[in-house]
Order: sequence, then structure tokens, then C-alpha cells
Amino acid sequence: MTERIGVYVCHCGHNIAAVGDVEKVAQYAGTLDNVVIARDYKYMCSDPGQELIKNDIQQLGLTRVVVAACSPRMHEPTFKGALERANLNGYLLEMANIREQCSWVTDNTQNATEKAKSLVRGAVRRVYYHRPIEERVVSVNKATLVVGGGIAGIQAALQIAEAGHKVYLVEREASIGGQMAKFDKTFPTMDCAACILTPKMVAVSQSPNIELLTYAEVAQVDGYVGNFTVTVRQKPRYIVEDLCTGCGDCTTACVLKNRIPDAFDEGLSKRSAAYISFPQAIPLKAVIDEKECLLLTKGKCSKNCVEACSREAIDFSQKETVRRIEVGSIILATGFELFDARKAPQYGYGIYDDVYTGIEFERLTNASGPTQGKILTKRGEEPKSVAILHCIGSRDENYQKYCSRVCCMSSVKFAHLVKEKTDAEVFEFYIDMRTFGKQYEEFYTRVQEEGVNFIRGKGAEVAKVDGQLVVRAEDTLLGAYREIPVDMVVLNTALVPRHDAEKVAQIFGISRSEDGFFLESHIKLDPVTTSTDGVHIAGCCQSPKDIPDTVAQGSAAAAQSLAVIATGKVKISPISAWSDPAVCAGCRICLGLCPFKAIGFNEEKKVAEINQAVCKGCGSCAAGCPSNAIVVSHFSNQQLLAEIEGVLA
Amino acid sequence: MPKINLAVYWTAACGGCDVAILDTEAKILEVGELANIVLWPLATDGKYADLEKLGPGEIDVCLFHGSIRLSEQEAMARLLREKSKVLIAFGACSSFGGIPGLANFHRREEIFRRAYQETPSTDNPNGVLPETQVRVAEGTLTLPEFYHQVYSLDQVVPVDYYLPGCPPPVHLIVAAIDAIASGQLPPKGSVIAGDKSVCHECPREKQEKKVRGFKRPHEVLVDPNRCLMEQGIVCNGPSTRSGCGARCTKVNMPCRGCFGPAPEVLDQGAKLVSSTASILDASDEATVAEMVSTMADPAGLFYRFSLPVSMLQKKRQGGKVS
Ligand SMILES: Cc1cc2nc3c(=O)[nH]c(=O)nc-3n(C[C@H](O)[C@H](O)[C@H](O)COP(=O)(O)OP(=O)(O)OC[C@H]3O[C@@H](n4cnc5c(N)ncnc54)[C@H](O)[C@@H]3O)c2cc1C
Ligand code: SF4
Ligand code: SF4
Ligand code: SF4
Repeated sequence: MTERIGVYVCHCGHNIAAVGDVEKVAQYAGTLDNVVIARDYKYMCSDPGQELIKNDIQQLGLTRVVVAACSPRMHEPTFKGALERANLNGYLLEMANIREQCSWVTDNTQNATEKAKSLVRGAVRRVYYHRPIEERVVSVNKATLVVGGGIAGIQAALQIAEAGHKVYLVEREASIGGQMAKFDKTFPTMDCAACILTPKMVAVSQSPNIELLTYAEVAQVDGYVGNFTVTVRQKPRYIVEDLCTGCGDCTTACVLKNRIPDAFDEGLSKRSAAYISFPQAIPLKAVIDEKECLLLTKGKCSKNCVEACSREAIDFSQKETVRRIEVGSIILATGFELFDARKAPQYGYGIYDDVYTGIEFERLTNASGPTQGKILTKRGEEPKSVAILHCIGSRDENYQKYCSRVCCMSSVKFAHLVKEKTDAEVFEFYIDMRTFGKQYEEFYTRVQEEGVNFIRGKGAEVAKVDGQLVVRAEDTLLGAYREIPVDMVVLNTALVPRHDAEKVAQIFGISRSEDGFFLESHIKLDPVTTSTDGVHIAGCCQSPKDIPDTVAQGSAAAAQSLAVIATGKVKISPISAWSDPAVCAGCRICLGLCPFKAIGFNEEKKVAEINQAVCKGCGSCAAGCPSNAIVVSHFSNQQLLAEIEGVLA
Repeated sequence: MPKINLAVYWTAACGGCDVAILDTEAKILEVGELANIVLWPLATDGKYADLEKLGPGEIDVCLFHGSIRLSEQEAMARLLREKSKVLIAFGACSSFGGIPGLANFHRREEIFRRAYQETPSTDNPNGVLPETQVRVAEGTLTLPEFYHQVYSLDQVVPVDYYLPGCPPPVHLIVAAIDAIASGQLPPKGSVIAGDKSVCHECPREKQEKKVRGFKRPHEVLVDPNRCLMEQGIVCNGPSTRSGCGARCTKVNMPCRGCFGPAPEVLDQGAKLVSSTASILDASDEATVAEMVSTMADPAGLFYRFSLPVSMLQKKRQGGKVS
């Protein structure tokens, strides 16, 4: 059978036409085998452009369409739609990318035009072999998995739960709350972090729709949008949650009391092996640190905790548990970590006393922190002068190139807190002051009026001269080099991706951007979805951001998950692999290759079988199958060879 | 039943195929009853002229083994094609280029330099290289032309059937003889062998495969029951056509691919590269490079018998380069 092919060459305004000769490309396309019409048009993606295709299909009886325009990532759905409106299956389309791959990579008209012709020739030969493919629809599981119980995850979980749907909230630490739980006050309004966060944490624990799994991590994700199977590993707390009332008697009784650096206090205080992360922890249950506990590490201890617990909640026989959870969509809200200031030794962190990071300062000012909220030097004195350094590890070619977005504002917050709590003089060293949010500039102005010295120039070095800390910097406004002696230095360190971000990205099948944070589908228009359908991201795991933006993304991700639930059904890519049992030799090479675990083995027939509903059409198995038993629809050898030969002809 | 006219001919090959025909033992007598042997250099005397005298199609069946490297071989292939009703590419060399085809990794000039000038045993002080003509006092001497590359038989003349193997196994030769005798030949173009890959016939136990490097058979104590690939021994079985009965893997030797590409495989070597790479247990390029470095001569290994008919050699254009 012969096909009737229409070719449409787009100008994309000047984007393509200013370099490539689109008329020539269209003329040339008209001479190719099976092409019955070839046109060029200013904007193929516009309504009239699409209308052109639709009319030609109907009037000229086209059976295949080639659009030579931009990347198919941009407009393939648009043109598929145009075909479908003319009752032609959307997969009978092929796009030749003559913008990104031709006009945008040269300013030589002839080269751009010749290459465009080759790509069109390839597309015309390929489309000849296209076959109609029907979209696949599957029903969705209405439960959602939220990973990470910081403010982003809490917001998302609460919102979905309020809409009446089941949420599993998986948090790695013993309590939810994330970084925000460590803060004292929050800019720009300076309301206390606990006062606004705790009610939400409590709401999580009380919601009948939220199942909270703390001290837990996701080990594996199988399946696809609408039908994920998630394997969760939960570490033993050695405390029976149902019995523990959170009284804290075990923590006081523990033999190792005040012996173990408290991570929640950034190591500024010491705790027991049996502990409760912080007074507002949710769940408010003790946990026994298995890396420290004498009984668990050395096998010997007087077990004062067991004696102290009147509820008999302590159970040293607990083991890690593994659970499998079925959900329809996933929200990743794993947040951020802080840049290790030791990597920039010029700032003296870890070398000199009284050089703190921003997050340590948060603990120092926190009423439940190591100093009960008093700002004190190591010697227990109130500092007379404090330096706050912006951009430590941010906006720096040697560390992170990006701006961490919250440090200007948190530095201003720190300055205000120092002013409020002490009589110290405050010096802030900044490159640019970025106070872009609602009420942010006002807050900055207010703090300026409090008499803080803002020095425009990045802190270059922190040194100790005759026992005195000094900060060296160039004041770019004065054009002078300055050396300012201070009693305390706060290094406001960059927000960086979690150390295990790569592993997490792999488990959930998503990508990371160059800076290491999780990659969104579109930086502007699709910030919370990812390349894997049904896996959404929110908060600082996507990029550094403040609480208002984090919460907004938490809600946005919840809306995406609710949309999956509301439709009840999801379209999954109809491009899938099929293994021909007449060809498969049963070698089992493909079994380990499928990232979605779509391939099973029929022991009776001794052949591989692919679960079409699970297959995403990635093609890994087809590349691996040594007998070529596996064919991926829309990417058959015939289609690929025709395209390659067309391009090279 | 009248006797058929049979020709057996040999070009660029080792001669093992002739021996394989003799290996059919009792069957060879049947061949004698079945056929007049009009040409078989190994067994009978014959001259070009005798062959030229035959009319077109006078030979009923020609078993042609060997690939085409020389102009004389091409001329014989054309002559035998003309005189034969049924031309069978017999053995891996004739079907795919075979071992001589590995020379296609090198240019003619390199081969000459190596063979006639560089090998330690060469004594050629004037560095003389073969030429098609040389004038001597008595007149002009000629030699066939040494082509730029090695061809399979079907790259030179149309072929009716393929009987692969290095050499073809006796049971398939017998099957072919029976088919000829009974006149029940399969459709033209058929490969007289299996229709899956060697793994299908291989009795070894197969599991998911993940390897961290490669070993040659003499470097390990081979587990006789488990798939060789899983033991880190590169096996060409997965992309090689079945039909041999997994002769090699049954005796702890990996398949080297003499049956050519499995039915759906476009390029045996490329497919083996891609599937062998798939089972490497590595997530970064450095580890991959390290693992691959444990494999001796991957190109020669994966394309052992099929380089001339590979995509590398313009298979899609019929492989006809000259
Ligand atoms: C010093 C400092 C001061 C700040 N002050 C302010 C302020 O005053 N006002 C403001 O608006 N913003 C402020 N911010 C920004 C604010 O911290 C963030 O916007 C907010 O914490 C981001 O929340 P999140 O939920 O995305 O991430 P996180 O708070 O990092 O929460 C992530 C959660 O996920 C968990 N998790 C991580 N990995 C896994 C995993 N693999 N499996 C399960 N759980 C996992 C973590 O344990 C954590 O509970 C400040 C930031 C810093 C560094
Ligand atoms: S194409 Fe193959 S490897 Fe990829 S998802 Fe489908 S079955 Fe799995
Ligand atoms: S890799 Fe190919 S031949 Fe081997 S089991 Fe899978 S489908 Fe069958
Ligand atoms: S040993 Fe070779 S032929 Fe046998 S199953 Fe393994 S790969 Fe296939």
C-alpha cells in the first residue's frame, strides 16, 4: 500500500526562517516519494497552522504527516492533536526538528537548509512505516505517598488528607518538622517557628487519613503513575510506639545522659542514647539510638531506661520492618542540607571558637536550644560585636554557583535577633542584598533602622589576631579594605542537595539538574512535576527557597496528586515493548534490564513476557535482547533504519 | 530416479567444510549413489575447461564453501552460479565471510605489508609485493587480483540456500542431502538451520545476568550447568542462529557465532556488543571501561564469522563496495 504524506515546514517566525530557507525545504520535500503536498507556514503551531494540516488531511486524504519545526518535546502533542481532530491517529505523525538542530546551531543558510532537507527526508521515510497506536488508560489508586516530613511534605499531606484521600507520609528522622523545626523565629514577620509549625505537625498526627511512618525510608518503587508499589523500610525505635507517652523518663535515666552530641542541636548540646528529638516532636515518642546505646553496641548495660519506663515500652528485640504500600502518585519533599563550612577553611569554621553556621545560630537563639535562647560565646559571655557573613558557599565558582535565596533574609533575621537579645554591634557582609518577597524589603528597612552595619562586600576571610576574631573584607561602597574585630561570626551557609539525592532520584526514576537538585518538567511552567508521570516534587528538594514558596509548592504538588486521583484514570504512554515468543530464546538477559520491572519469565514456554501496563517503552530491553525478539512500538528496526537511511541518503 | 549432477567447490576457506562432507560417513556413499560428482577438487580431478563446457543449469546442486577474496574466486563463483540450478552457500565463510572475513578490519596494503614484509619468517629483502602482472624474460606472468576486502558468496552472486557452520554439522548436511534427494527443499533463501538463537538449544541453566568482568574459558573452572555468560565468559550464543545443537557450550566452550546472526538480528557483532554491555554490573563509565578492558579483542570476538555481512560493511546496500 502506498501512503499519502503531507509535509509542513514551519518558519517559527524568524526562529527558523531567518537562517534556513524554509521555502526551499518545502519545495524539496514535495519531490520526495509518497509526498502529495508540502507547504511552509509562518507558525505551524498556531490555530491556522493546525487548521491547514487538518484540512489537507480531510481534503487530500493524507495518511501520514511530517511537521518540520521545533523539538517534538515542545509541540508533538499539539500536532498529534491536529491529526486526531482530522480523525487520523496521532502516531501517524513525525516531526523533524529543524529549529534546535538546524537554524539554531549555525548562521550559515546553506548548511541549515541542507541539514533541514536531510532531516525531512529521514522523517518522510520513517513516517511511511508508522502504525496507528491506541492510547492506554489505567485506573488509579487513590492513595498518595509523601516522602519527607518538612514543611513542604506536611503541607502536601494535610491538603490531600483534607480532600478526603489517604496519605502515607514517610519521614527518615524520628520526628517530622524538617529544618524549620530547628528555627526560633521566621522572617519576615518574626513569628515563632514552633507556633506556626507545631499546629500543622499535630494536625498530621491527628488526621485519620494520614498514616505517618517515621524513622523510615523508601527502598524501592515499582509500577507507574496510578499504580505504584512502594517498599518502605522502617528502622526499629526499640520503643513500642503505642505504649510510649513521650514522658522522657527513659532519656533522663539513660546511662549515657549528656554524652552524645545532639544532631538536632547541630552538635551544640549533648543528649542520651534514649531521646526525644525536640519537645514538639511528632510523634512524641522516644527512640533509642542504636549506634550509641551500650546494650545495642556492646551488649552490656544496666538498662536504667527499662527500669525507668513505667509503661514498659522499651523493647530491644525490635527489628527493621519492611512494608509494601500501594499508591497512585508520589510527592517527594526531601528538602535540603547545608553546605559544610569546613570545605571553605578561610572562614575558620571548625578552627576557631565562636564561628557558627546559620543553622547553629538558629539553635543558639532557640528557647529550647543549648543556651535556652541566649546568644552567648563559648565562654558564656554575651558578645559585644557579631559579624554575619552572607553567601558562604553560594554564588561562588568554587562551591555552588547558584544563589541560595534565603540567606540574605535569614542574615537580616539574625541581625535583628542579635539586636533584640544583646547590646552587640552587628556587621553584615553581603554581595547584593536580595530581599525580593512580600514584606521582605520592609523587614530589611526595619532592621537597617535598628542600627545594623551593612557592609557591601563579601567576607573574604575570618582570622584570629592576638586571640581576637577578625573579619576581613573589601567594602565595595567605600572602596576600602576593612578588618573588623568581632566576638562571634555567623557563616550563613548555602543550601545544598541532600547527600543522597542521587540515590533517591534513582529510586524514584527522576533526574537532577546541574546544581544537583531534583529536576522539574519545566522550570517556569511545570515546576512540581517531573519526567516520571505521577512523581511530583515540592520544596527545597527542587531548589533552595523560603517557607512561603515551599508551602506554595507543597500545595501545588498536592493539587497535581489530587488531579491524578480526580480523573480516576490515567493515560499512559502507548509506546511499549513486546517480546515475540517465536523469536525469544529464553536467555533471560532482558529480565534484569527493565527499570520498571515489566518483564517476567514464562517458565512453561521458556520465554520472556512483558507486562504492557507496566512497560514505559524506554527500550532498554530491546537494546539488550540479543535475538531482537523485543520490538518497541513506534521504534521498530524498520522505522529507525528508514529514518537513518533517509537522513544519510 | 536419475542421478543428479553435484559440484563441491572451495574458495577462501580452510578446507574443513570438505572434511565435514566426508564426515557424513555412511551418508557419503548415498551421495555417490545419488549424484554424479562433476566437480570436487578435493576428491576428483577437474579443470576449468571441463566446467566451462557444461551448459547453463547443468549442475543440479553446487555446495560452495569459502568466501571471495580473489578475482579468480569471483570468476568461479559466477561460473558455478551460471551452471548450477541450486547454489548452496556451504559453511560460515561462504555464508557470512567467515574467518577470512576478519581481514576486513584491515586494508589490503596493511595485509600485504604484514604478510610479505613484516612477519618474522619473511625473507624478502627487496620488499616485493604481489602484483596481478609481472613481466619476465619468458613473457608475462599473471596472478588473480587480491580484492580490497573479503565478500560472502551472496555479495557476489545470488545464493539459493545457506548451510551455516564452521563447518556445518553432519546432521544438517545429512538433512540437506535428504532434502535434495527427496526434492523437498525449503523456500529459496532459507537458512538450513534453527530459527531461534543458540541459547534456545543450550541446556545450561539461565538466570538474570550481571557480570563484573570477563574471563576466557581457560582462566576459570567452568560450572558445567550454568549459563557461561553468567560466569563471565563471553558467549556469542545469544545472537547466533540455532541449529548446531549447542555443540560448543555442551563441552564448556562458549559459542563463537559460526551459525551467523540469529533470524531477527541485523548485525551479529553490534547486537552482541549491545547485549553484552547490558549485563555489565556498573553504573559509571570508569567501571564500564575497566570491565570491558578485561575482554580480549572484542571486535574480533563479536564479529568472528560475520564481519563482511555486517552493517559496518554496508550490509543494507548489499555489502557490494567495489
Ligand atoms: C538557617 C536558615 C534559616 C531559615 N530561615 C527561614 C525563615 O526565617 N523564613 C523562611 O521563610 N525560610 C527560612 N529558611 C528556609 C526554610 O528552611 C525552607 O524553606 C524550608 O525548611 C524547606 O522545607 P522543606 O520541607 O522543603 O525541606 P526540609 O525542611 O529539609 O524537610 C525535608 C524533610 O525530609 C526528610 N527527608 C530527607 N530525605 C529523606 C528521605 N530520603 N526519606 C524520607 N525523608 C527524608 C528530612 O528528614 C526532613 O524532615 C531558612 C533556611 C535556613 C538554612
Ligand atoms: S521497553 Fe523494555 S525495559 Fe523499557 S519499560 Fe518496556 S519492558 Fe521495560
Ligand atoms: S533478552 Fe530477548 S531472547 Fe533473551 S529472554 Fe529476553 S526477550 Fe528472550
Ligand atoms: S552459555 Fe551461551 S548459548 Fe548457553 S545460555 Fe548462556 S549465553 Fe546462551
